[in-house]
Amino acid sequence: MADTIDVDGKHLAVDEEGYLADLNEWVPGVATVMAKQDNLELTDDHWDIINFLRAYYEEYQIAPAVRVLTKAVGKKLGAEKGNSKYLYSLFPYGPAKQACRFAGLPKPTGCV
Amino acid sequence: MSETIKKFLYLNRKAPYGTVYAWESLEVVLIGAAFDQEVSLLFMDDGVYQLIKGQDPSGIGMKNFSPTYRTLGDYEVKSIFVDGESLTARGLMPDDLMRIAWDDPDTQETVENIVTVVDAPRVTALMDAADVVFSF
Repeated sequence: MADTIDVDGKHLAVDEEGYLADLNEWVPGVATVMAKQDNLELTDDHWDIINFLRAYYEEYQIAPAVRVLTKAVGKKLGAEKGNSKYLYSLFPYGPAKQACRFAGLPKPTGCV
Repeated sequence: MSETIKKFLYLNRKAPYGTVYAWESLEVVLIGAAFDQEVSLLFMDDGVYQLIKGQDPSGIGMKNFSPTYRTLGDYEVKSIFVDGESLTARGLMPDDLMRIAWDDPDTQETVENIVTVVDAPRVTALMDAADVVFSF
């Protein structure tokens, strides 16, 4: 993984695992560029999860572990979305790790 | 993963900012919550300040991580105790503490607050009952 990604003509620093170094630098283009690197096309369903994660971080100051994310998504977006099968279909590299990366958040707390 | 469920007690005795103990303890609790053990948290001495409502450490250039305590219920950590004597000694009331909710996955009911203020005999009992005590 490169140490920077190019978004809207800017070079944004990322850590060795590809997570954005400074979450204040996040713009929606970050998710688009990272998704392209993972050969993923972002749909509205992806954006629902990305925006949900950003709101979760804003409120609680952490990126949730996958099972916590799954439960919270179910509560907020409906039971048909609050299950790991649905979330893995959107984010094949792991809904918490991959979606948090797209959302500009740090690696989830409690992912083992 | 071990099939033996142990009782873990995380003992938090230090003020939230100035040292890294409070944040480190919280991270260990959240990471450890993945292992399906029986986890309790006990806040005493200056540790009671960790759960005070309305924290704003921006003046000392620290990140306010206190909202993260409110995710403990989401991580299925649902036994949170505060030593009442430590509160009193600092002129604090139970109302000064944040509330942490927990949704019971079996009944779908929400427990509005899982933070319990306990007296000295209960503190002793909590420590006696624990298989492992982590002190921060």
